Amino acid sequence: MEHIRTTKVEQVKLLDRFSTSNKSLTGTLYLTATHLLFIDTHQKETWILHHHIALVEKLALTTSGCPLVIQCKNFRIVHFIVPRERDCHDIYNSLLQLSKQAKYEDLYAFSYNPKQNDSERLQGWELIDLAEEYKRMGVPNSNWQLSDANREYKICETYPRELYVPRIASKPIIVGSSKFRSKGRFPVLSYYHHNKEAAICRCSQPLSGFSARCLEDEHLLQAISKANPVNRYMYVMDTRPKLNAMANRAAGKGYENEDNYSNIRFQFVGIENIHVMRSSLQKLLEVNGTKGLSVSDFYSGLESSGWLRHIKAVMDAAIFLAKAIMVENASVLVHCSDGWDRTSQVCSLGSLLLDSYYRTIKGFMVLIEKDWISFGHKFSERCGHLDGDPKEVSPVFTQFLECVWHLTEQFPQAFEFNEEFLLQIHEHIHSCQFGNFLGNCQKEREELKLKEKTYSLWPFLLDDQKKYLNPLYSSKSPKFSVLEPNTVSFNFKFWRNMYHQFDRTLHPRQSVFNIVMNMDEQNKQLEKDIKDLESKIKQCKNKQTDGILTKELLHSVHPESPTLKTSLCFKEQTLLPVNHALRTIEGSNPADNRYREYAEEFSKSEPGVVSLEYGVARMTC
Amino acid sequence: MEFLELIRTGPAQAKLLRGPEAPPLRGILCVTGHHLLLSPGPQGTSDLWLLLLHVAGAVSYDSGTITLRCKDLRVLQLDIEGVEATLDIARSIEALSSLESVITSFPFFYRPKGLRLGDAWHFHPPERYYKRVARETNAWRLSEVNEDFSLCPSYPRAVIVPRAVDDDALARCAGFRQGGRFPVLSYHHAPSGTVLLRSSQPLTGPQKRRCAEDEELLRSVLAGARPGAPGFILDTRSAQAAKQARVTGGGTEAKAAYPGWKRLHRPLERGRPLQESFVRLVEACGDLEKSMDGWLSQLEACRWLAHVKEALSTACLAAWGVEREEACVLVHGAEGTDSTLLVTSLAQLILDPLSRTMTGFQELVEREWIQAGHPFQLRCAHSAFSHARPKHEAPTFLLFLDCVWQLGHQFPLSLEFGEGLLLALFEHAYASPFGTFLCSSEKERCLCEVRTQTHSLWSGLNQPKVRRKLRNPLYVPSPLAIWPSVEPQSLQLWQGLFLRWIRPPEPSQVAWEKVWQRLASKEKTEDCEPTSKPQL
Repeated sequence: MEHIRTTKVEQVKLLDRFSTSNKSLTGTLYLTATHLLFIDTHQKETWILHHHIALVEKLALTTSGCPLVIQCKNFRIVHFIVPRERDCHDIYNSLLQLSKQAKYEDLYAFSYNPKQNDSERLQGWELIDLAEEYKRMGVPNSNWQLSDANREYKICETYPRELYVPRIASKPIIVGSSKFRSKGRFPVLSYYHHNKEAAICRCSQPLSGFSARCLEDEHLLQAISKANPVNRYMYVMDTRPKLNAMANRAAGKGYENEDNYSNIRFQFVGIENIHVMRSSLQKLLEVNGTKGLSVSDFYSGLESSGWLRHIKAVMDAAIFLAKAIMVENASVLVHCSDGWDRTSQVCSLGSLLLDSYYRTIKGFMVLIEKDWISFGHKFSERCGHLDGDPKEVSPVFTQFLECVWHLTEQFPQAFEFNEEFLLQIHEHIHSCQFGNFLGNCQKEREELKLKEKTYSLWPFLLDDQKKYLNPLYSSKSPKFSVLEPNTVSFNFKFWRNMYHQFDRTLHPRQSVFNIVMNMDEQNKQLEKDIKDLESKIKQCKNKQTDGILTKELLHSVHPESPTLKTSLCFKEQTLLPVNHALRTIEGSNPADNRYREYAEEFSKSEPGVVSLEYGVARMTC
Repeated sequence: MEFLELIRTGPAQAKLLRGPEAPPLRGILCVTGHHLLLSPGPQGTSDLWLLLLHVAGAVSYDSGTITLRCKDLRVLQLDIEGVEATLDIARSIEALSSLESVITSFPFFYRPKGLRLGDAWHFHPPERYYKRVARETNAWRLSEVNEDFSLCPSYPRAVIVPRAVDDDALARCAGFRQGGRFPVLSYHHAPSGTVLLRSSQPLTGPQKRRCAEDEELLRSVLAGARPGAPGFILDTRSAQAAKQARVTGGGTEAKAAYPGWKRLHRPLERGRPLQESFVRLVEACGDLEKSMDGWLSQLEACRWLAHVKEALSTACLAAWGVEREEACVLVHGAEGTDSTLLVTSLAQLILDPLSRTMTGFQELVEREWIQAGHPFQLRCAHSAFSHARPKHEAPTFLLFLDCVWQLGHQFPLSLEFGEGLLLALFEHAYASPFGTFLCSSEKERCLCEVRTQTHSLWSGLNQPKVRRKLRNPLYVPSPLAIWPSVEPQSLQLWQGLFLRWIRPPEPSQVAWEKVWQRLASKEKTEDCEPTSKPQL
C-alpha cells in the first residue's frame, strides 16, 4: 500500500506500561496493510489493528531511541522504542494515514475475507431478523401495527424502513408529528411488554421552542397511551438534565409541555451529553494510566472523572423505565435530543431488565441490532471509524456495555453470556472488521451495500459461543424474570477487565468461570462414560446369559474406553496443574492446553510485583 | 452466679427490628450473665442468642429503643415495652458487656457438646513447626530458653534460633531488644535455603549501643543459609522514625555493626491512624443514601485500601527478597508485635503452599499471631463502634485478614479456605466463646489457664460439618509462590465483611451455592467410577 514505507524494524523495545524502571521486551515490529505486529524474542505476538488506533504520538528522542506511543480504542496502550529515528518517523506517518481512513471502502471490513461463500454470508446477515423479534414481542396486534410510512426513508432518514406505531395513528398524524420532532424522529415502538400490554416508545425532542405546539404530535402521544388498555396515562422521559433541555428551547427545540398533552407525566432523568461523557472517559483513562498510582489518587481520580456517576445515572433511568411498566403498567416514551444516544441506552437497558430473552447470547445481539443499529445510533461517528469530527466521538455504547456488566455482577445467574462476550463486542464496534457497526443509520448501510460486501459479526460470535457462556446461568429461575438492580453507590465498581483488558498484570490470576466450565464439561464426559459403560455391562450380561461371552468381547471393551482414560488424566491434573513433570507425561496431551493457560498466569505473575521494583532495586544497589 | 448483681432486670416484652426486608422478631427478652436472649415463644421461629461480649462499648437508648452496635459490625435495634425496663436492660447490657476480667469471661463457662476440653490445643505447638524446619535444614535449633517467659514475656516458651547461638547469648540478645524480642526464625524457605526472621527494634539508644551477641546471632544466620546469601533488614518504620526512636532508647541496626546486612525502610501505618481508618470506613459503609461522589471520596479519605496496598506490597517485598534474591530477611518495627507479624505472615502465605491449606493457615495464625504475641486483648477489644477511642485498639489483625482476602480474590483457586474462615476469624478475634484469642501473650494465657479451662477455636472450626462450610470448593494446590498485583485497580473493598450486614442478600451468594452444587455432583460422578469399573 502506498502509505507503508517501512515494513519491518528490528531491535524495537516494547516498554511495560506500568513499570517504573522502564522494563521492556525486545523484538521486531512489522507493518502490514491491516495490522501492526510486534513479535518479541519469546515469539509472543502482539497484533494491533490499524482501526483500533485512536492516537499515535512520537515523543522526543532519547538516548535509547525514538519513543512511539500508541493508544487504542480498546484501551490498549503500547509504548515502543524504535532505535532509529527515521524508522520511527516512517512508522508514525504510516500509522497516521492507516488509522484514519477517509472512505468507508477503505475499511478492513471491505477486504476481510473469512473464506465463506456468498450464501453463507447472506445467511449470516439473516441470522438476526427484527420482524421476527417484533413478532416475538407480540406485535403487530390489535393495538400496534407495522407502518409503511418510512418505507422509502421519506419521513426519517435515520430510522429503519419498518416501524411499529399505534394502530389508530394515521399516516397524516405520523407525518405531522415527524415534522415537529428533531431530525424527523417521531415516536415509534421500541419494546412491547406482552403481559402488561405496555410499550416503550422512543423519539427525539419536540421542536417546541417556547410555545410551539403540534396537534398531530399530541394525537400521536395520545394514541400511544390509548394503545395501552390498562393504564391511560403514560410517562414521557426526557433523559437529559433539565438545564440542557431548557437551553434547547432557545434553539427552537425543547421538551413537551405537560399542559398541551393529555395524560402524560413528564420526567427528567439527567444523563449528561456525549461531550461530557467523552471527557469523563478521557479523565478516567488519564488516571488509571498513571505509573505508580496510589490508592488515594486512584479513588479521587475515579471520583473527579465522574464516570461511575454517569453509569449510575444511566442505570437509574433504566430502572425508572422498567418500574413504570412493571409497577404502574404505564407506557413510556423516551427521548433525549436526537434520540440516538441516551435514548438508545435507556430503551435497551430497560428492555434488558424487563425481558430475560435479551439476556441470552442471541437475544443480546437482537437487542443491539434493534435499539442501537436499526434506530440509528451513529456508530461510525461515535467510534470514529473514519477521519471525522473528533467532537462526535463518544463512548455511549461502551457505557451501555458497562451497565450490562454491572448487572452481570449483581445478577451472576441471570445472563447466558459472560464478560468476555461484552469485551468481544466492544472490540468489534471499533475493529471495522465486520459490517454491522459501519455507517450511522440503516439507509447509509444500504447505500454502502454492506450485506453484499462485508460479513456480519453475529454468526462468528455464535460459532464461538462456548467461549462466551456463563456457567452459572440459570435460565429457568423465575427470580430473574425481571431484574431489580440495587443502585446504592457501593455497587458500582471500576471495570478493570474493560479498561485494563490488555494489562494482564492487573488481573486476577485465576478464573473461576473457566474452572467451573471445565468442571461441567468433565462432569458431562464422566456421566457419558458411565452411561456407555453401563450399556456395555448390560450387553455383556445379555450375552453372558446367552452363553456366548468370549475373551474378544471383553477386550473390545477396553480399546473403546479411551474417553475414560483421558478423563482420569484430567482428574490427576486438576490436582497438580503446574507440575511440569506431569505435563510431559505421555497421553496427558489433551489436558495440556487447559493448563498451559495456568502456567502462563503464574509466569505472568512475576511482573505483578513490578510496583515493587523500586524497593527491589534499592535492595540490590 | 457472680453476675447477679449486674443484672437489673427480669424478662421483658421486646421487638427486634431486622432491617427493611425481614419482619421484626417479637418475643420475651432476657438478659443472662453472658447472653441476651430474645425468644418468640414455642410456636415462633428460632430464638435470638446474642453473646454480650459481642456488644461494642456503647449502647445507645432513648424511650423504649435500644441500639446495640456489635463488634462484628452488626447493628441491632430493640423496641422494649416500658421505659423503666428499657433503661434497666440497657444498663445491664452495658455493665455485662464491659467486664474486664478475663477469667470471668464467657469462654471459661462455654462447654459445647461434642467438644472435649483441651482437645485441639496441641495441634500447633512450636515443636511441630520446628520438626518441619529440621527436616529441611540443620542450621536451626529449638531453644527452650524462654520456658518460664522470663526472657521475653511475649514469646512462646520455645523459639527457633540459629544452632550456633547458645542460650546465654540469647539472653544477652534479649536484653538488647525491646521487650526481649530477639531475632527468631519465622519461616524457612526450603527452595532458596534462606529464612524470614522477626524481632523487635534494637535498643541502640542515643549512645548507639551495640551488642556483640546480637551481631553474632545475625552473622550466624547468614552463615547457616545458602553460602553467599545476602541479608536484608526490613524496618517497617520510615528511616526518620527509626532514627527518632533512638531518643527513647530504641533505634535500628547500624550498618557497620552488621556486615552482610542491608537495611530497607517500608513505613507501615499502625495504632491510632489504622483504627481511625477502620472506624471511618465502617461509617462510610453505613450510609446507603450517599451519592456516587460522596462514596468514592469517603473510600479514598478513610485510606483503608491504601493500608491494604502498603501491607501487601511490603509483604511481597519480603517474599521477593527470600525467594528471588535468595536472601535472609529480618523484619521488625518498634515492638515487633504488629506490623512485623503482618509482614511475616503475609510473606509466608505468598511463598509457602502449605500455609494456604486449611490446616496450614490455622497453624500460621496460631504461630505468627497468637504465639508470636500479638496483643489481641488490647488490640481487638472494641472494634469500630467505640466512643472511648481506647489507646491500644488497632485493627492490625483485621488488616491481615483483608490482605488474605485480596490474595484469595486474585487467586481464587489457591487458598483451601474460603471467605467464611476469614469472617469467622474476624468475629472470634473480637469476641468469642472460645479461648484462642484471649489474652495478649502466651505468658498471660498460662497464668489464666486458658489452655485448660477454655475450648480452642480450632477444635470448633475443625468439626467436620463446620470445616466443610469453610472450604473453598475450587481449591487446587499449587507448589508455586502467588504474587499478587498491588495496583489500586486490583484491590477491592472487602464487601463480604464491611457490607455484610448492610447490603441485602446478594444473588452472588446464590451463585456460590450453585458452584458448591456443581462440585458435589462432580464428586458424586467421580465416585461412581470405581463402582462401575470392577463390574467390567
